Parts: sequence; C-alpha cells; structure tokens
Amino acid sequence: MNKDISAHNLSIYVANRPGALARIAQTFSRRGFNIESLVVSPGATGDFSRMTITAKGDEAGLEQIIMQCSKLVDVLACREHTDEEVVARELVLVKVAVDSGHRGEVLQIADHFHAKTVDLSEKSIVLEATGSSEKLDAMVDLLRKFKIIELVRTGKVIMARGERET
Amino acid sequence: MSENQMNGAEALIQSLEKIGIEIMFGLPGGSAIPLFDALYKVRRKMKFVLVRHEQGAAHEADGYARATGKPAAVLVTSGPGATNTVTGIMTAYMDSVPMVVVTGQSVRGMLGKDAFQEADVFNLTMPIVKHSYLVRSANDIPRIVKEAYHIATTGRPGPVLIDVPKDVGTEACTVGLEAEMNLPGYKPEPKGYGPETIRQIAEALAKSRRPVIIAGHGAVLSRAENELRQLAETLDAPVATTLLGKGVFPDSHRLSLQGLGMHGTAFANRAVVECDLMISVGARLDDRILGVPGEFCKNAVKIHIDIDAAEFGKLVKPDIRCRGDAKAVLQDLLPLLKRGDTADWLKRIEGFKKKWPMGYAKKGGLHPPQVIDALNKLTGGKAIMATDVGQHQMWAWQFYHCDKPWQFISSGGAGTMGFGLPAAIGAQFGRPGETVIAIVGDGGFQMTMNELATAAIHKLPVKIILMNNHYLGMVRQWQDMFYDERYSGVDLEGNPDFVDLAKAYGILGLNLKRAADIPKVLKKALEHPGPALVNVEVVHHEEVYPMVPPGKPLEETVLCHPRRKPGRPAGRKNSRPAKAGAKNA
Ligand SMILES: Cc1ncc(C[n+]2csc(CCOP(=O)(O)OP(=O)(O)O)c2C)c(N)n1
Ligand SMILES: [Mg+2]
Repeated sequence: MNKDISAHNLSIYVANRPGALARIAQTFSRRGFNIESLVVSPGATGDFSRMTITAKGDEAGLEQIIMQCSKLVDVLACREHTDEEVVARELVLVKVAVDSGHRGEVLQIADHFHAKTVDLSEKSIVLEATGSSEKLDAMVDLLRKFKIIELVRTGKVIMARGERET
Repeated sequence: MSENQMNGAEALIQSLEKIGIEIMFGLPGGSAIPLFDALYKVRRKMKFVLVRHEQGAAHEADGYARATGKPAAVLVTSGPGATNTVTGIMTAYMDSVPMVVVTGQSVRGMLGKDAFQEADVFNLTMPIVKHSYLVRSANDIPRIVKEAYHIATTGRPGPVLIDVPKDVGTEACTVGLEAEMNLPGYKPEPKGYGPETIRQIAEALAKSRRPVIIAGHGAVLSRAENELRQLAETLDAPVATTLLGKGVFPDSHRLSLQGLGMHGTAFANRAVVECDLMISVGARLDDRILGVPGEFCKNAVKIHIDIDAAEFGKLVKPDIRCRGDAKAVLQDLLPLLKRGDTADWLKRIEGFKKKWPMGYAKKGGLHPPQVIDALNKLTGGKAIMATDVGQHQMWAWQFYHCDKPWQFISSGGAGTMGFGLPAAIGAQFGRPGETVIAIVGDGGFQMTMNELATAAIHKLPVKIILMNNHYLGMVRQWQDMFYDERYSGVDLEGNPDFVDLAKAYGILGLNLKRAADIPKVLKKALEHPGPALVNVEVVHHEEVYPMVPPGKPLEETVLCHPRRKPGRPAGRKNSRPAKAGAKNA
C-alpha cells in the first residue's frame, strides 16, 4: 500500500448522544482508515464527550475524514494535532511471568520506566506505567524477552499545550 | 391519560403539522398503528397518501421536495416497512433532498431481542441519512421533530430519520408542542467564507479569457438562478449544468452549453477541456461529470463554491475553495466583477456547437430522442419532467430543454431505477396545476409500477411515457460498447402489455408505434384530464451519445455509433464504436 501512511492524532469533541460513536467510526472505516486506538471520555462539561483517535492513513484521506466528521450533526469540533502540539499520555498494564530468578530483572526494567508494581503473585507480576506511547513501547519491548501473559493499553489521550484548544 | 392530554404519537403528528409538513406518504403496520391512530385523530391540514410499497413513499416525498423545495414526510412501520424505504432514503441522501422519515419500532423493552418485525433501522440507515433519532421518551418528540426538520432543510439538505418505538407513541407527552432545539454541533454555515476569498475569486475571474461555469443542484437548492444568470452575463461566460442542475441556467440561453459529463453535449465537454478557469456553483464534481478526476481541467484555475466543506478536494483539488450558500456567495461576488473579455472564446464555442450539434436518428423505427423532442415542443419546455434511470433518462436530459429550476427531477447520485413514476406522483401532489411527465424505461417502471394505484386513486394527471425497448437498455449499451456484445441479463422478454396494465388501474393507456403518430398520441395523453400511460415501442438497439467512456477523460467524448439496422439479433459481430472524438478538433 501507500508509503505516506502515517499515524495521526485526532481529537473530536462531540455531543453525548446515542449513535455518535458509531457515526464517527463509520466515517473512518468507509474510507479505509484503521483506528489504532480510541478513547472516549466525558468532557469538561456533562453533555459532551471527548474522543481521542489514533488512526493510520494517507493525508488526503485524513482531510476528508476530518471534514466528514466535522459535518456530523453531533460533532462540535474535529482536529488533528501533531505530536509536538500536544501532551500525550497512555497507560499500560502488563502481566509478566516471573517463575524463577527473573523477578529482579523485571523490577529493574520497571524501575527504569517509573512503572509501578500493582500486583504480585508467585508466578506473575503486573506492572503499571504511564507515559508517551513510545516510552511504553520501549518498556514492553524489553519485557518481551520474558513471557508477557497479558497486555492492556488505554490508548493515547492528548491535550493541546498552552492556550490552544484540543 | 386525561382526555386532552396527548400521547407521543399525537405529539409527533401535531409537531410535523406545526413545523410545516404538508404531505405525508406511507403505509402502516403493527408498530406504527399508534402513529396512524394519531393521524386519524389529530391530523388537520396535512395530507396523507397511502402507497402500495414503502419505496414509493420515499420517492414520492423526494419528488415532492424536488418540485417544490419543501420537504415531505414518510410514515412507515418497523422492520420490512422501514427497510423498504432504504433505497428511497439513500436516493434522497445522494442528491441532497430534504425529507423526514418516521418509522415505527418495536417497544423499548424488546429492542435488541429480535422481536417480531424488529430491525435496527437507526444503525441500518446511519450512512445514508443526514441525521437520525431513536426516540426514547415521548417528551423528546416535539424537540426531535423540530430538530429533524431544521437539519433536513438547512445547509446541505438531506433525509432525517426518526425511529419511534410503539410504546413511546402511546406514552403521555406532557411537555406541550413548543420545544427548544438542542444542536450544539450543527453548523450549516451559509457564510463560511470571508471577503478575502470573494476578492480572490473576482481577481481570478478578471484574468480569465476562457472561463466556464458549472452549475449544479446546490445552485437550485439555494435559489441562485438569478445570480447565476447575472454571473454568466457579466462575465460573458458559458454555463454547463449537471444532471441535477438542469434548468437553473436556461437551456435556451445563448451562453448555455447544456449538460456536461458522461452523456453531456460534446460542446460542453470540449469547453471544459479548453477552459482556463472553471467555477463550480453548487456542483459536487462527481465522477460522472469529471471523466478522469486527475485530468479534469488540469491546466485551468479551479474555483469550487459549495455549502459542504467536505466536497472540497474529494475528487478535484480546487485552487480556491469557498464554503457557502451559492446565492449568498454570488451576491457578494457580483459587485466586484468586471465585464468579461471573452469574445474569442465564445466564438470558438459557437464553432464547437456547429461542429458537434446534438442530433438523433429519425429513420428506421421510433427513436426515444424523437419522442422527447416532440414532448419538448408540445409542452413548450414547461412541463415538470421526472425520469427513471437508464438510456431514456439521458435522452430526456439531452433533448428536453428546461429554462427553469425545480423542473427536471432525476435520480443522479444514486441512479435509482424505479424512481421515475413515484417521483412524478410526488411532484404532481406538490404542483397540482402543472403538467408532470414521467419518462421511464420498461425496466425501471416495473420496479415501482404498483404506484399506478396511487396515481389512479388520487386522479393525478401524470403522463407516463414509457420508452419500451425491451431491454435494460443502458446496461446493454455498455455490453455493446465495452463487452463485445455479450448481452448478459438484459433482455426483458415477457414484458406485460403495458396498455392493458394501465387500463387495469383505470388509467388511459395508449400505444405509440410509428413516428407519424407521435404528435397525435402524445397530444391525446397530454390533453387527457387524468393519468395516462403511453407505451412507446422504440427501436431495441440504440445508444446514447455523446458518451465519455468510463475511465476516459472528457477529451475522449465519443460522438456516435456507426448506423445499423435496429432489431439486430443479439450476439452478431459488429464493428466497434467510432471514436469520432471531440479530441480531433
Ligand atoms: C435499482 C437499480 N438496479 C440496477 C441498476 C443498474 N441499471 C442502470 S440503467 C439500467 C437499465 C434500465 O433499463 P430500463 O429501465 O429499461 O431503461 P433503458 O436504459 O432501457 O432506457 C440498469 C439495470 C440501477 N441503476 N438501479
Ligand atoms: Mg428499457
């Protein structure tokens, strides 16, 4: 496929109505955009939700999607943000098998990434880490040399820096 | 519930009336009985038309809106009743036609449990509506109806669906009919541009020596015909119209190029190829008019005026984009314009018109364009024309000349066969005093001919001109031209006797079989006070030209096919179409 396919951060501010999520998801899928992560959370005021979507696709397609999303009756704003414009955070929970002597090594990695141990049993350890998606990728990659039993990530949430609106 | 308290269904019917819906097309069923009961009890002025198939209801509402500019409502039951409207909703959506569709639904407690006639219509129709509601409480109804109407009719119009669970219809509505809309995200923005954009457009127009204006449905919807005419006359620029833009610029005007695109005139297509500036007023520049998107007006300045920002750059990247209502934009633009310096250009275009005039065969049987041309003369180009989809549609577009908008009604974006007759019926309801003609093919007519009943019962004087070529002609044409005459699934053998069929409904049925009888038979149908159907036995093999073959740029407009005998048996080898392309100009 296309080479200029890259990941984009989109933030959508939407009236909290039934069907809003489905309409937005359809807008992406119809145009062949694969949603990598999607976070829906209540907005600062009650009747609105904030959706943060990370999706891969080409620039022209992205422009269409932003315009098509903006046009939805429930959508107040749909914006793309570059990584530089925003603070971005993601949280991961990872359960690693630690049968014999590996526990110390796993804890060392956790320490390096400021991850917390949130559960510990004889055979496994659950780590929690927050940070940029790249940082979490790096930690998870290092942990792969042990046995990762389960992995859950929240998906990226973003907020525009300074006075800009997300 | 006390005597004078209303329930949700009554609130719905009264709200629709209050907001200005004048007519409703539909057919009841279990889940919709409360809605129909309310119709029985509280309806005052709003007309209700019982159809024979729900697709007809949606197309009738559509035809009504395209003839009057006012939306109509559709009222059907849940499940199959609702799914039968899907084609009609999609047809309206593709062509930006306002419509309010109300569907009955299973009771709230049964949703998602595969109840009898339960279909998730809200989700099913999501990609083909402008917006939709699943009503959860009777007290929401007055607000929802108001919002639905507002959304359907403002900005870029479109269909809005309201799905009403049966028990919401019977629940008390205690809030009264006055309601506030709550649409924080809806921004139709008739003026989404600034003075800088208008100045840029004016400057580009001032520099152009070979401008072309393309006018589409948006110009019709915004009622910009006068401004469009001033634009053309001030710039002295030729105007081509899209299928849905027909009539917004008079076909008879000296600056008219008539239609452009796949079956547009060769002179319109050539003008678009040679222009140095293209300004689109409310056309979405879809694939049927572009030829090859990347080749379209490649070296010309492209200005795109549209109320829907999502149209910019969809297929054509404009140099100047101007988001706004066509009429508002042109009103702002006109004072900045200077007289165009286009004498040489217009002379060249006159040359194109002489070189490639629109024409048609007259010998060897009856030819559809002949019949359309005769209708044009007999009605002075003043009839409301509703077409079905196929070859006859393109001939109607090419040979019926309209000088007014809201006059030519055709399914463009969707290309929905079966649209013609119900659309004509809807148009006739909207404009009762006027001549409404449905141009249909033998294929598409048979998809919704059950609506003959509606025409007969309401004594609607629609004139159905059935171009009977015993083929799914348009598909046969493609098979002829691009698939070496492998006619697959296009022979309509076993067509009924359409004249007898009309008679069975109490409708005047006439046969037209010889060219010499054209005026006589058409006149008889036109003068008949009630509905009439004319079965026109046209030649079986005839192609629509000019044609831009699919996947080819407008330069490669094909002008004509070598003449040959009609009724040629299928499968015989034949020479390929002549590429007497406008290319060799
Ligand atoms: C509902 C639907 N089904 C199929 C098509 C594809 N199609 C386009 S034109 C056409 C042939 C129409 O035949 P007819 O109504 O006889 O008109 P003609 O082209 O012969 O004038 C077909 C099958 C369509 N447009 N709509
Ligand atoms: Mg036919």
